[in-house]
Amino acid sequence: MSSAWSKFASPSTFYPLAGRMIPVFWVLAAGSLLVGLYWGFFETPDQLGGSNAQKGYYRIIFLHVGAAWMSMWLYAVMVGWAAVGLVFNTRLSYMMANAIAPTGAIFTFLALWSGSFWGRPSWGTYWDWDPRLTSELILFFLYIGYIALHSAIDDARRADRAAALLAIVGLVMVPVIFWSINCPDPNQCAALHQRSGLGKVDGNILFAMLMTTLGFWMYSFATTLMRVRTIILTREAQTTWAAETIQAEARS
Amino acid sequence: MFKVFWSVLHRDLLLAMRRRTDVLTTLFFFLIVVSLFPLGVGTETAVLRILGPGVVWVAALLASMLALERLFAADFEDGTLEQLLLTDQPLVLLVLAKITAHWLLTGLPLVLMAPLVGMQYHLTDPAIGIMMAALLLGTPVLSLIGAIGAALTLGLRGGGILLSLLILPLYIPVLVYGAGAVELAAVELTATRPYLMLLAAFLLSSLILAPLASAAALRISIE
Repeated sequence: MSSAWSKFASPSTFYPLAGRMIPVFWVLAAGSLLVGLYWGFFETPDQLGGSNAQKGYYRIIFLHVGAAWMSMWLYAVMVGWAAVGLVFNTRLSYMMANAIAPTGAIFTFLALWSGSFWGRPSWGTYWDWDPRLTSELILFFLYIGYIALHSAIDDARRADRAAALLAIVGLVMVPVIFWSINCPDPNQCAALHQRSGLGKVDGNILFAMLMTTLGFWMYSFATTLMRVRTIILTREAQTTWAAETIQAEARS
Repeated sequence: MFKVFWSVLHRDLLLAMRRRTDVLTTLFFFLIVVSLFPLGVGTETAVLRILGPGVVWVAALLASMLALERLFAADFEDGTLEQLLLTDQPLVLLVLAKITAHWLLTGLPLVLMAPLVGMQYHLTDPAIGIMMAALLLGTPVLSLIGAIGAALTLGLRGGGILLSLLILPLYIPVLVYGAGAVELAAVELTATRPYLMLLAAFLLSSLILAPLASAAALRISIE
């Protein structure tokens, strides 16, 4: 590892860096969300499709798609940090993985929730055992399992490493699980393949969707960094620099 | 190397035979769960035929999972596990022996009990045959994947509930194809081949990967 990397791998140097980055990410998150929501509400068509048109309610996709993408992406990032932690034995990596998990779980829940509110007027039901819905639900369980295992173990080192191993096992299993849900009958998998692509989406809708997704992404950075700062202070409470930081922040 | 495998396997089986209630409780749990469903959903033949495969598999998942708690717990409490970790023998092999013992005590009896349960649900004879084959291929996967969870939750308070939260989502592929094969067997017997092939693929890949992960988990839990 290069020196710059290892320098910021130390919680005491990363703490102030994260503090400086948080406002930047909040501004970016607020900016892209405002643009995305404005575009989504005022620059997009009022209804989609021909004979059986989707009316204004389709606009929930501006929250739904971003949340669903982030829920999956954050799981991959979380496993990435967990793996870095296991390989290089860096405490900060575990803390990052730890800080990402709640945000990921919240996005998973948001995707399920917004999806069922879309499904009610569109499909006539809040819940359907569609592969995508089911996969998202399982992802939610995987996040909850990670968080539950971590919080059940008192010893921080064992909790970090055990949860990291679980996350990696989860990521190895995820393709198999999703595939088995997608294709419960191996005799006719090809026929079940879902066709969807960004190319077919209206330009304005796509722009609004990508902007809110970007907003969610920046929001994830901001909340993760805030959470990791809290974790750092809790874990390092016995060190002098942490004690000084806490005192300094209490005074200001 | 095989001597180590055999001695751990022999020891675990011997210990289980000395305390037979533990093994039998799991099997009766399976039987009770399976028998409760007809009481809950009604005893019509048509309904039971549809529900049967799924119910049997879910009950098998739960029974195998309940028994997982005991996989490492007793050895952990009396210090045997620490001694096993300290030996110069490969830990993967020791873990694999313990998993094999677990399967012989919980998975294999389920396979043998399958015809009995199949009759309760009015399954056809070919369907029962496929169910036995699917359980034979699927239950070792449950023990293998479950061992990772058992190793991770070793010695934690509320370990059992936590274990189910961690492991049950990972059981989904086995459940989907295991139950799918039995469902299809009543209609078209030859079409079940891909299901069994997939279950066999899960078995082979988990046979390679799961003991490694379990061994790593044990080292994390005990250090």
